[in-house]
Amino acid sequence: MCTLEKRGNLFLLTLTGDNEHRFNPDTIATILSLLGQAKSQSQRGSVLITTGHGKFFSNGFDLAWAQSSGSLTGAAERLHQMVESFKPVVAALLDLPMPTIAALNGHAAAAGLMLALSHDYIFMRKDRGVLYMSEVDIGLSMPDYFAAMVRSKIGTSAARREVLLSGKKIRGEEAVALGIVDSAAHASAEGVVEATVGLAEKLAAKKWKGDVYASIRKSLYPELCGILGLEATIFATPKL
Amino acid sequence: MCTLEKRGDLFLLTLTGDDEHRFHPDTITSVLSLLQQAKSQSTRGSVLITTAHGKFFSNGFDLAWAQSAGSQTGAVNRMHQMVESFKPVISALFELPMPTIAALNGHAAASGLMFALSHDYVFMRKDRGVLYMSEVDLGLPLPDYFAAMFAAKIGTSIARRELLLSGKKLKGEEAVALGIVDSAGQDSAEGVVEATVSLGESLAAKRWNGEVYASIRKSLYPEVCAMLGLTAKIAATP
Repeated sequence: MCTLEKRGNLFLLTLTGDNEHRFNPDTIATILSLLGQAKSQSQRGSVLITTGHGKFFSNGFDLAWAQSSGSLTGAAERLHQMVESFKPVVAALLDLPMPTIAALNGHAAAAGLMLALSHDYIFMRKDRGVLYMSEVDIGLSMPDYFAAMVRSKIGTSAARREVLLSGKKIRGEEAVALGIVDSAAHASAEGVVEATVGLAEKLAAKKWKGDVYASIRKSLYPELCGILGLEATIFATPKL
Repeated sequence: MCTLEKRGDLFLLTLTGDDEHRFHPDTITSVLSLLQQAKSQSTRGSVLITTAHGKFFSNGFDLAWAQSAGSQTGAVNRMHQMVESFKPVISALFELPMPTIAALNGHAAASGLMFALSHDYVFMRKDRGVLYMSEVDLGLPLPDYFAAMFAAKIGTSIARRELLLSGKKLKGEEAVALGIVDSAGQDSAEGVVEATVSLGESLAAKRWNGEVYASIRKSLYPEVCAMLGLTAKIAATP
């Protein structure tokens, strides 16, 4: 389902298996647990890279699981359960005391795109894979922290509209042009991971103090942190 | 004054007559009523296109009507009345359960520009027409919901300064470069309308649930919605 490996300074979180890596309560609990593990083992110079196997980074919540509850109310409740239980995953990433990089091997849709956007850096493939907020096409309204994430991380009003209101499937080049991802230069999943490892090693070499890094990161997104219930602890003890 | 036509999936709201299409209490009421009509007739695939005839999209509030009150206090009251009664027009556009496109046939100034920016997409002419926030030149402060709209819809600090603080009259190319409008590719009013119809038809083909669309739209602009007294309902029913 997902694994956490350590390679020197780098933590590699992988959504395994050649499937859509949809988030249901079990996968969400596993990811949260692995992020907790990375946090507890973190030290100066730690960096997280998150990636997946196969055609999908993640295609979002497990809507089939929601619908299999047998009733409309049951489905709505299950969806609500997933929306609520995914919030701590986003919070854990925003709180993680190390730089975070999403290496998109393939498509990232809905909650899957949220997972990607929760990272400090996003690299995607040039040749394959799209970013897609499917909610407008499926007829689902936006959880508050999803909209807050898009508003916080995507710079222009036009880009935000393209992402949330157009139902567009955004490919690498356009995602870079819209300022949604940092890079779409590699024509393979391995190429993307290699590039993120390259960036990670540069960041690791800075040997930053993780809790300060996390505090500064959170100060960039006060609205989102407010919605997630995260406080930015402002403490200044300069090293002179 | 203004008309609402239906062409297939598209609602076409037109400010008619070859004048400045200034907003004063009567025009505001008419526009509001037509927007409510569009809302009540909306179905999956509905799209609104707003345009106008002549040299102006709209040149803003009817300041002459305000001044004809005969006294300073009277003029201020009339201004205030227009500012307040225009708010529901903006709210109606934000709540409209369908994608909205402004097809600028000509100049859009002050509340006329606000009206344009309240749409999801804005197309203007390449050859004619400017965007102009006249308030700084006229010595009028900005209503709070105007400022919130600009902050929300215009991405860079530089673009906002150019529009609000420089008294500049922005032509199509520059408006696109500053990220204020989506397109300034056509050399005629008919060309702009045609381009918006084309976009409108591709959006209509998505057959979106209008209520969900409006809800997602509002979630993009929480400050403006709060100022307009609009709540974004979060409801997830897959």
